[in-house]
Amino acid sequence: MKMDRRTFLKTTGAAVMASALPMSLIKVAFGAKNPTNDFTFGYISDAHIQQIEGSKFVRNWDMGLIRTIQEANLLTPQPDFFFFGGDLAQLGKKEELDHGLEIMSKLRGKVYYVIGEHDYYLDLGKYWESKISPLWYSFDHKEVHFIVLNSILTYDKWTHKNWSDPMDRMLAMARLDNPEGSPFLVGEKQREWLKKDLEKVDKSTPIVVCSHSPIQKIYKGWNFWTDDAESVQTLLKPFNKVTVIYGHVHQIQYNQIGTISFHAVMATAWPWPYPKSYVQDPSHLPKMTIPMNRADPFFERDATGWQFINLRTGNVDMHYQLPDNENRSVVFNTKTGSPRDMKYQDVSKRIPPQNHF
Amino acid sequence: MKGKKKLFGVLLIGLMVSAVLTMKLSSRADDFTKQDVERWTKEFMTVVKEGDKLFHSSSLGKNKVSCDQCHPNAANTHPETYPKFQKQIGRVITLFEMVNWCLRNPLEGDPLAADDPRMVALLAYIHYERRGVPLAPGKH
Repeated sequence: MKMDRRTFLKTTGAAVMASALPMSLIKVAFGAKNPTNDFTFGYISDAHIQQIEGSKFVRNWDMGLIRTIQEANLLTPQPDFFFFGGDLAQLGKKEELDHGLEIMSKLRGKVYYVIGEHDYYLDLGKYWESKISPLWYSFDHKEVHFIVLNSILTYDKWTHKNWSDPMDRMLAMARLDNPEGSPFLVGEKQREWLKKDLEKVDKSTPIVVCSHSPIQKIYKGWNFWTDDAESVQTLLKPFNKVTVIYGHVHQIQYNQIGTISFHAVMATAWPWPYPKSYVQDPSHLPKMTIPMNRADPFFERDATGWQFINLRTGNVDMHYQLPDNENRSVVFNTKTGSPRDMKYQDVSKRIPPQNHF
Repeated sequence: MKGKKKLFGVLLIGLMVSAVLTMKLSSRADDFTKQDVERWTKEFMTVVKEGDKLFHSSSLGKNKVSCDQCHPNAANTHPETYPKFQKQIGRVITLFEMVNWCLRNPLEGDPLAADDPRMVALLAYIHYERRGVPLAPGKH
């Protein structure tokens, strides 16, 4: 039987979903120190809604986002808000963004949007800006300062090359392993804005930066990379508690550079290999990262997922919700001053599926 | 006179035989030139490039999804581990069967015959991106 979205919603009721949900979804641990300011938020990313033609979209990617939203709606207590971490569309088309938004409209709660390269390079973010969100902005929530960056810009000479069609530019950027691609960039204009934005923030205020690409350098060949990462890090360095949350990489990654913690989020669409499994080129996965399990393609949703985040300590506790897989938690450890996996951080605890080759 | 003619005949046959032998010697199978190697490599790389194109093509399957969407640079395909026991299929298979599984499922398309030039090209590209990795048949 071919399942369309409506049949899926009808046949997989909330009751069925709830019985399959891990307990961690139902109980969120709140800190005792200042409970009124504790909060959680949800993070959904990389849906890659892809149009086949007309009203036909790739079923697999639709299902990833639909399932995520069904699960996220069951969070109790409800998170204060959600982030969508970018790449709602596959090729930046209005049809894809509209279809993605229609699915997203089922999510209960406010959503803050981060733009990804798959949303941007067709019309350079025009439709996104008019319909979804500004490309970069900041806001405060319960004494935490949130910053959203558009980190998937690149050099003007590439963006404004003599493309015969904007779709050619989109396709060139959408291809992850494109040798003719161009590295991501926050850019001078936005860094200036960030500098000014941070001037009014107290150094002890927890800061959460949400970007699509990692504001650190892991592997340039697939743009697991932001070319001016160090310049952005320099602006964030003076603050005591900074967390950068990024999408794009479709896998678990975490790192600590000075006072800055880094966390990647899962995709709802499909997982990506760790860069070291491409042997022709060196890459630099943060040493502390214990990888996610290798994906089993026969389980369509394996190695995809979403996450809810607890800001109990002002640092991020990342709870990965991984369908068809054991959930993982990567929590800031005050003793080591860095994020640690709650179960697998000790190398002796690692399991065979975490060996990528 | 007669004896001379006979001797001449024998010499002629001898010359012909040695000529044939020399010809045979110069075309022995392992005797090839630098130019030969260059040509064969070029032939191989042409097929690798064709495979690269197919691997990144949105028209290989039927839903516009391409192989590289999950496997940039053909990573996570592990060609060196085949043939192996594919636990999800429950028997030992070769890589082309796994490629066909992908064509049928994430790409919602039709499988290819093992000797279809497109399958050969896809396998050439996948192996080429994994060059230098030691063979590890059966590895999971």
